[in-house]
Amino acid sequence: MWVANKRARLSRRFDTLFSWATFLAGWGTVALLAWIALEVGYASLPAFKQFGFGFLIGTDWDPVDDHYGALPLIYGTLVSAALALVLSMPLGVAIAIFLTEDYLPPKVRGFFKFLVELLAAIPSVIYGLWGIYVVIPITTPLGNWLNAHFGWIPLFSTPSSGPGFFPASFVLAIMILPTVAALSGAALKATPLALKEGAAALGATRWDVILQISLPIAASGIFGAAVLALGRAMGETMALAMLIGNNNQINPSLFASANTIASLLANSFGEATGLQVAALMYLSFILMALTLGINAIAEVILERTGGNIRHI
Amino acid sequence: MSATLTVDAPVPAEPRRMDLTRKRRWRSIFSRGMDILVFLFTFAAIIPLASVLYMVISRGAGNFRWSMLWELPPSAGEDGGGFGNALVGTLILVTIGAVASVPIGVLTAIFLTEYSLGSKSARIIRFTAKILSGVPSILAGVFIFGVMVVATQKFSVLAGGLALSILMLPIIILATEEALLRVPRFLREASLALGANRTQTVLRITLPAAGPTIITGVMLAVARAAGETAPIIFTALFTNYWISSLTEPTASMAVLIYNFSSVPYDNMVNMAWSASLVLIVIVLVTNIISHLVANRSM
Repeated sequence: MWVANKRARLSRRFDTLFSWATFLAGWGTVALLAWIALEVGYASLPAFKQFGFGFLIGTDWDPVDDHYGALPLIYGTLVSAALALVLSMPLGVAIAIFLTEDYLPPKVRGFFKFLVELLAAIPSVIYGLWGIYVVIPITTPLGNWLNAHFGWIPLFSTPSSGPGFFPASFVLAIMILPTVAALSGAALKATPLALKEGAAALGATRWDVILQISLPIAASGIFGAAVLALGRAMGETMALAMLIGNNNQINPSLFASANTIASLLANSFGEATGLQVAALMYLSFILMALTLGINAIAEVILERTGGNIRHI
Repeated sequence: MSATLTVDAPVPAEPRRMDLTRKRRWRSIFSRGMDILVFLFTFAAIIPLASVLYMVISRGAGNFRWSMLWELPPSAGEDGGGFGNALVGTLILVTIGAVASVPIGVLTAIFLTEYSLGSKSARIIRFTAKILSGVPSILAGVFIFGVMVVATQKFSVLAGGLALSILMLPIIILATEEALLRVPRFLREASLALGANRTQTVLRITLPAAGPTIITGVMLAVARAAGETAPIIFTALFTNYWISSLTEPTASMAVLIYNFSSVPYDNMVNMAWSASLVLIVIVLVTNIISHLVANRSM
């Protein structure tokens, strides 16, 4: 009796202990996110004191004179991500339609899904390597040709410098393609079957159904997918560090070299000291604010539309 | 009631039929055209995948020597060498990442599904996990650089591993949560009805039932971490030598590929391709095993 009592007391104590451990772990995760934000914010204070909000519109990044401005990097981040999204949305939505609208027998569909997952599983540094040796040799003559014939258009106003916006965004588009395809597919799949069957019974063709029923219903989910993919593209580092040319300048040309926040961080943190570290932290803070904001928006949209973020 | 049905819907006027068939034919052609377009787009998306795999296999395998797996990286302009220290480094980094993130991640998921299901705190924590999974991986490196590398004045394997654990944590939380939610409710109720307390139910019934699916999630997180470069590039840094303690910098496959990708020495570039092949094999094998584990548990 006494032994049983003791065991019961022990296991009750363990029960309390364990539930506290889960509680701590759960809120510890929240605390971790807060800690990351605070740490990056705190570490950027010296740069904030020095440059204030003028940092956001400063155009030179000069470690030698210890003078820093973030505009070319913010510009590069937004433009490369937006360009990647523009390239990747039509393909991603097309894949989603192809995989959800009854084109394929389930087994073949499974194979295509496997291919899309494979695309997501390849490490970004390998995409970067591929970009250097396959994409840039193709885009460089393309850029030079466009510059020679359409140089009066600002988008083609410089000859190709090899690395630059276009090859970087092209590779980035491939990298966010699985996100776009998977989330758009989830949104399309959520269309009620009864509606589609009803329309088909009334004589609608497959594309009548897709354009007038599936896509309108999935529109907000697909929009959520686009926003989330934009966030991913802005935070992507290695492929850009290897392909965009690391040139902290603003140039409207698609084939000019540029730089993004993430790729500058990757290239500079290893040997940065003093105020440069603070300036890099300030940049990190900007990147964090941008991506957290965009991800929160995407999350709210997808939550509302019932789409589920798949983490591959 | 009569068994026959009569329909007295108004019969449409005859002349409009021609119109309708023409319209209908045009719609069919349009639909067919769009079918082809969608097919072409999907096919176009496969070309880059095929190209990446072809390059990695042809250039990676073409220059591969088994001795690469245990030799040290060559210095500039030198022949031969390998990436043994990077392979070991990646394995250690990922192990540290898993050791740090799996317990916290699984406990968090248990809190979400077993102790606070549907509550407000569960919603906040789940939202945090999703947001955390969207944090750019380089920021995990920036954070660890700020709290560890600056404080200790040292780049280290430990710092790199912890940076990876921040990326693995949300993947593990969300995968474990999904696995736990799939365990039927009656199992828990039966256990509680037999007099087990919550902890006993979780540890003896729910977790074992969800085990294989949780392992799948952990392996996916490991596969992702193994390929990550950004968070370790300025936390674990790189070195040409074997690692001798946890407080020293280490080489890793991903950083080796990055460092060797655009040097003017053929030997090093070829080695980057061979390292890519080995890294892809590691990542894909981990992925495939995790899928096999998941399928077996179904």
